[in-house]
Amino acid sequence: MSERETMEYDVVTVGAGPAGLAFAIRLKQLKQDVRVCVIEKASTIGAHILSGAVIEPQPLDALLPGWRDHPPPICVPAAEDEFWWLTRTGGFRLPTPPQMKNHGNFIVSLGALCAWLAPQAEALGVEIYPGFAAADLLYDDQGAVCGVRIGDMGVAKNGSHKPGYTQGIDIKAPLTVLAEGARGHLTKRLVAKYRLDAESDPQTYSIGIKELWQVPAGRVKPGKIVHSVGWPADSRTYGGSFLYHLDKDRVALGYVSGLDYTDPLYQPYEAFQQWKHHPHVKPLLEGGEILSAGARAIVTGGWQSLPKVEMPGALLIGDGAGLLNVPKIKGTHQAIRSAMLAAEHIAEKSTAAGWDARLRASPAMEELRRVRNIKPGFKKGVYFGMLNAAWETITDGFSPWTWRNKADYGTLEKLGRYEQPKRDYVERTLPPRDRLAGVYFAATQHDEDQPIHLRVADTQVCVTRCAEEYGNPCTRFCPAGVYEMVEDEAGKRLQINAANCVHCKTCDIKDPYEVITWVTPEGGSGPNYQNL
Amino acid sequence: MKILVGYKRVVDYNVRITVKPDGSGVATEGVKLSANPFDDIALEEALRLREKGVATEVVVVGIGPADLQAHLRNGLAMGANRAIHVVAPDAVQPLTAARVFLKLVEKEQPQLVIVGKQAIDDDCNQTGQMLAALWNRPQATFASKVEVADGKARVTREVDAGLETLEVDLPAVITTDLRLNEPRFIKLPDIMKAKSKPIETVEFASLGVEPGDHLRITRYAPPPKRQKGVMVKDVAELVAALKAKGLL
Ligand SMILES: Cc1cc2nc3c(=O)[nH]c(=O)nc-3n(C[C@H](O)[C@H](O)[C@H](O)COP(=O)(O)OP(=O)(O)OC[C@H]3O[C@@H](n4cnc5c(N)ncnc54)[C@H](O)[C@@H]3O)c2cc1C
Ligand SMILES: Cc1cc2nc3c(=O)[nH]c(=O)nc-3n(C[C@H](O)[C@H](O)[C@H](O)COP(=O)(O)OP(=O)(O)OC[C@H]3O[C@@H](n4cnc5c(N)ncnc54)[C@H](O)[C@@H]3O)c2cc1C
Ligand code: SF4
Repeated sequence: MSERETMEYDVVTVGAGPAGLAFAIRLKQLKQDVRVCVIEKASTIGAHILSGAVIEPQPLDALLPGWRDHPPPICVPAAEDEFWWLTRTGGFRLPTPPQMKNHGNFIVSLGALCAWLAPQAEALGVEIYPGFAAADLLYDDQGAVCGVRIGDMGVAKNGSHKPGYTQGIDIKAPLTVLAEGARGHLTKRLVAKYRLDAESDPQTYSIGIKELWQVPAGRVKPGKIVHSVGWPADSRTYGGSFLYHLDKDRVALGYVSGLDYTDPLYQPYEAFQQWKHHPHVKPLLEGGEILSAGARAIVTGGWQSLPKVEMPGALLIGDGAGLLNVPKIKGTHQAIRSAMLAAEHIAEKSTAAGWDARLRASPAMEELRRVRNIKPGFKKGVYFGMLNAAWETITDGFSPWTWRNKADYGTLEKLGRYEQPKRDYVERTLPPRDRLAGVYFAATQHDEDQPIHLRVADTQVCVTRCAEEYGNPCTRFCPAGVYEMVEDEAGKRLQINAANCVHCKTCDIKDPYEVITWVTPEGGSGPNYQNL
Repeated sequence: MKILVGYKRVVDYNVRITVKPDGSGVATEGVKLSANPFDDIALEEALRLREKGVATEVVVVGIGPADLQAHLRNGLAMGANRAIHVVAPDAVQPLTAARVFLKLVEKEQPQLVIVGKQAIDDDCNQTGQMLAALWNRPQATFASKVEVADGKARVTREVDAGLETLEVDLPAVITTDLRLNEPRFIKLPDIMKAKSKPIETVEFASLGVEPGDHLRITRYAPPPKRQKGVMVKDVAELVAALKAKGLL
């Protein structure tokens, strides 16, 4: 075999989300002559980005003064805020918590925002490569990270090389910046290798499922922002909705479920679909159509779960580090902020060393410290969680205690050993009918003849222990219906419909035996989100 | 020998098309655009002819707005030697495209023009044929195999009855079918190299091609939605339901 091709840069950035792009832009602004590239697994920039998103604009003001004069394609100033407690048939309006007040913020499509940032980065000389997955890390003789390996293209399911086989190249750089977003698969390896979480709590996550709707004219009030808690979540499950009114008769809506849920029979996708049928929501959607849809994990561990964010040759920024502010459900401003600070650090010091201390001393970290006890409070149920949130907000995080986080894979109860919450679900009429119909709106695409990118270390446990103890929760938590238990001549077995995967990473997080590992499929595979 | 390749940008084939609410067109805001798949096949074939030593230069041509440059860079990254960007407010209709190609043919004097059999946006299947007629040269459409030697192209075409093989004198126009080849993956270093390859921009107005669309589109409409099904308990109910609809 011919020798693997190599390209060299001063900095290689993995992931063209807000963090990766803002990092590259800021670095180039500070140091014109650094050679920096950004690797993105989506076929076009923004196609794997799924967010709310109401964003705080200050970091963007700092990064690109004047951006307001040529805003991204979807950018609606926030108008009124509403916060509701829902019951099955009604609900009542709660005072909007201060973290959820959005005056001065903007509703955007984060995918479209990234697609708008990319050419601005390129104009500064950043090289951006969509359609290429960073599949592996490179290490030097001292064990420091020294770049990434791009995944091969044209490998058949059985591992053999197809006619168009193209070997992935190595990208070598003295500094690798991981901006993979929540549950990055290379980041996960680095956390394990360098024991970056030795002194922090385990990271925790939620799953957000989202749809973008075009609804009949006259219903949408551009800029209106509505959040809710309560129905259809039971009192022990952390669940809440968002509903953002955009322009052109479009609404973005979604439902977030904490992945620390305990009922193995819980189905985040069904909870979302149920919420859409609440009398406050359904009349808005009826007669409309879905433009695009998908799902993505949200990082929620906050302050106490922040791992060490530097290691020899590499550093973490954005959601990949875990900087999202949970009570606000906002991570974009934190992603941009941390990215800019990291770029400043690199421009000055040219090394990852010292980044951890710098981030921890920054306002981004202070923001997380103040809200550190809010999400963990919901472990004791929604009522306690709300009171605790009020307390922590009033005291501005001055409580002398810090509540601990526990990893999400370990929170499920065993079947028959707990009381299953009553779910007063309604009969559904709005599309999509089921997860498969939903995946269609993600326009996800994977060449079927490639190795399965969801590696299950032990499929025996699926039919034996997992079936018995938890009833195969993977068949329920995956928002794309990738996992199925089927029975044929060979007996019962797990079937993985990998082509439907939308890269949300939930399975990698929630599987109770930690046997599922998400790896990058062929570059350019995955969802093709439009304006999510 | 030089080969000119049509390289049109269309809404990606994976994208679920939606019609704008006012019926004036297909929504393209925030929608992924990529090369017409038949044009990727056309380019691949041209590159293979160059690799075999039959051709010496491959030129990709795009007609469209200013932001078409990034798309043409992909063609260059795949391996084309250079690109010509005919700057027009939008993609043009087939007859206009054919006239533009003719102007470029007169200037570039290629031995072969390879275009897709159709572009997946309008599905017109006309540009290649019209160009051949205007140019007054032979055409071989729906090619699934191409061999070039001695100033001739032997082209296998997929027809209803099976395979038909034609021989055409060069210069000629070939349009590509799906099974002609499988386009290569773009390699990352080639994207870098493509940045230094030339893209020549030509203003549409400077070509002396009569503008104007020959077809007027009155309205776009999505296909009618499927009616919701009804569940029937048993055969008797099914028969009754079919009778009620007058189908039995
Ligand atoms: C449902 C939902 C609602 C949200 N609402 C809001 C909101 O209202 N306001 C707000 O501010 N924030 C919101 N967030 C959070 C916000 O989206 C994130 O904080 C933000 O996207 C983090 O940016 P990032 O650049 O760190 O990561 P991401 O945006 O996740 O970007 C990571 C990028 O890296 C790519 N990538 C990952 N691994 C690889 C690899 N190995 N090789 C190549 N490419 C790779 C991915 O494809 C992706 O494009 C929401 C999130 C969700 C899921
Ligand atoms: C009854 C029926 C059955 C059919 N069955 C099938 C079937 O089985 N399979 C199938 O695949 N199709 C089928 N079709 C589709 C049919 O072939 C299409 O109507 C038509 O092919 C394609 O039109 P077009 O828009 O591609 O052509 P054109 O617009 O003429 O484009 C052809 C080529 O011209 C070049 N070109 C045009 N504009 C530009 C530009 N702006 N820049 C650069 N290059 C450009 C490109 O190389 C392009 O590929 C069927 C159609 C009918 C009516
Ligand atoms: S297989 Fe895993 S990453 Fe893919 S959609 Fe399902 S839960 Fe998400």
